[in-house]
Amino acid sequence: MSQRFLAGAPFAALLGLAAGTALVAPAWAADPEPIRIGVIAENQAIGGVAITNAAHLAADELNAKGGVGGRKIEIIEYDDHSSSADAVRAFQRAVNQDHVAAVIASYISEVVLALEPWAARLKTPLITPGAASNEISRAVHDDYARNKYTFHGYLTSSFLAQAVCDFSHDILVGKLHMTSTVVMSEDAAWTTPLDDTSLQCLPEAGLKVLDHIRFSPDTTDFTPLFNQIEAKHPDVITTGISHVGVQPTVQWASQQVPIPMAGISSQATTTSFWRDTNGAAQGVLVDENAAPDVAVTPKTIPFATAYAKRFGITPGYAGYSAADDVNIIAEAVQRAGSTDADKLVEELEKTDYVGTYGKVAFYGRNDQYTHALKYGPGYITTLVVQWQDGKQVTLWPENIANGKLTFPSFIKLPQPHAAQ
Amino acid sequence: MLALQILIDGFAISALYGLGAIGFTLIFGVSGVLNLSHGGIMVIAAIAAWAIAGDLHAGTYIGSAAGVLIGLIAALVTYGLVVRPIQRSRAIPRDETEIFVLTGTLLWGIMIQEAVAYFFTDNPVTVVPLISGVATIGGVRVPYNEIMIAAICWSVIGLLWLLVNRTRAGRALLAASINPRGLTLLGFELSSIYLLVWTIYGVLAGLAGVLLATFLGAGSANIGQLTASAFSIVVLGGLGSVSGSLLAAYVVGYLETLTAYLVAPTLRTIPSLLLLVIVVYLRPQGLLGRR
Repeated sequence: MSQRFLAGAPFAALLGLAAGTALVAPAWAADPEPIRIGVIAENQAIGGVAITNAAHLAADELNAKGGVGGRKIEIIEYDDHSSSADAVRAFQRAVNQDHVAAVIASYISEVVLALEPWAARLKTPLITPGAASNEISRAVHDDYARNKYTFHGYLTSSFLAQAVCDFSHDILVGKLHMTSTVVMSEDAAWTTPLDDTSLQCLPEAGLKVLDHIRFSPDTTDFTPLFNQIEAKHPDVITTGISHVGVQPTVQWASQQVPIPMAGISSQATTTSFWRDTNGAAQGVLVDENAAPDVAVTPKTIPFATAYAKRFGITPGYAGYSAADDVNIIAEAVQRAGSTDADKLVEELEKTDYVGTYGKVAFYGRNDQYTHALKYGPGYITTLVVQWQDGKQVTLWPENIANGKLTFPSFIKLPQPHAAQ
Repeated sequence: MLALQILIDGFAISALYGLGAIGFTLIFGVSGVLNLSHGGIMVIAAIAAWAIAGDLHAGTYIGSAAGVLIGLIAALVTYGLVVRPIQRSRAIPRDETEIFVLTGTLLWGIMIQEAVAYFFTDNPVTVVPLISGVATIGGVRVPYNEIMIAAICWSVIGLLWLLVNRTRAGRALLAASINPRGLTLLGFELSSIYLLVWTIYGVLAGLAGVLLATFLGAGSANIGQLTASAFSIVVLGGLGSVSGSLLAAYVVGYLETLTAYLVAPTLRTIPSLLLLVIVVYLRPQGLLGRR
């Protein structure tokens, strides 16, 4: 609720800023045209509202420093209500009426996949800060001339799965002597490639996959699913959830399912998750791109702190990337010296920007994931946090860990001797 | 053990469905109103309980009680702001009142849904159960909360039975559902009976909403589904029949639970919807319907 009420603040700030510049800066004959960036997001969803909030925050920070090359950044936001049709209409409006230079859009892969052909038709750069499906960058790779306007500003599902496998290998297998898992994912575009990779890399990491469950995002009662999982006696549940989060987590805790949950759980990346679950998130392990108190780059903590101060909660995962996207678009416009779409694409491809959670750069035309974020040491990596008493405690990679693993008392961990 | 699990889970879910549907069917029986903002009122109660317990740090007891109260207020506002003006309007022909009420409450429900999503996001919220912990019954872990929900639902249903059959106001309610004209001839004010039935409805819907939030969670995205499930339970049981609704709630609850456990959780609602189609085709008045 608080983030909705506070959403008015950026406008007030902008207004004040505009009034201020009008008073003190009459030296310029006329203010240069602002750089307009369209932001299409799901303002009613935990995953989506972080995009809108973070874009405003990043733009205000740039503008406070005088903008980019003397030009202000203007964010024009559209709420797509988690609907592809609404998002497409917003995109058309952003391009044809509001004349944006580029669009930052959505955390939902289905929405971004619907926008991708429109970015091609209307020749307007599109960056998604939160969708994960491999199909987004595959389309760019397969038909570059047409789809080059789309940039995948978040990790592809395959990389996310790989990160979860790496963590599983180091901590779940290495430290907790786990040997088996059940993969539990919501049925959505982003989890198809996620599960493909997980099913392959989890056994390599040392976890035998005993069952693979894909459930409808409309599910409200998770008891039968947990029942099915428990019957297989896995050591851990590997999650792939984003549209759902609160309900499975609360039911897992209230039914005292004795198996830990670890993996991707997008809603659990922001502090409102603790409130929404009334603390049922205790012990849940979540892979995310940044934690608010871990200085992955010098920009992480200042950004997360400013965000929390303004919106009352920590940024969800897509907030970090959305803030970076505003900056890389602004820099690309500056380097290109214009908002011409083809020139912008050329400059965006050259992006080499230290952002809020790593170095942002895109794969090239001949790479498998064209225009997707480069993943790996030196670029973007992920970390794993555990919810402990209302805080996200970072546990992996071990060189940045700032706490120890603990689980609620109902969790039964494998006994070390049993694993030998 | 699976059979016991299904038996227990199905019982709690069905009790909750029953509680939600009884108020719905009562209003129809007494005043001929189909309230399609039903899910919205349940979710308002749930969100209020969550916000008051959490954001205002009032704790789960006060939060839950306040949630039920706000559910009641939402029901009375629905009656006073949407249903009553349509019923009293001279511009709407008498025989079209019901369709206008149907449309009015449907739109009202959508407005509630959008408002909840705007102010509280479309994420579901959960309320801390009044009692936590799990009991082990025959090897099946059952949260105490699930047992308590079933107990509360049945106590409330029992109280309602007493109210309708043992009190003067309750018998007037019953009479209104049989012959409203006769009742007015005896000097009863129909509008005060309507107000009573909406008050009862508000408490039932509020309670069902709060209990749902402690059990499965509730949010704006569930509003349509909640209305639809109450509607199909009531049609299945026979519009206006309280015992029919209870029977139908258990049929639907168990059919869903069986499907979720034995077939696939994804197909949960399909068999009960098929059953609804079959019943409407073969026995349009519903299982225990009178008309």
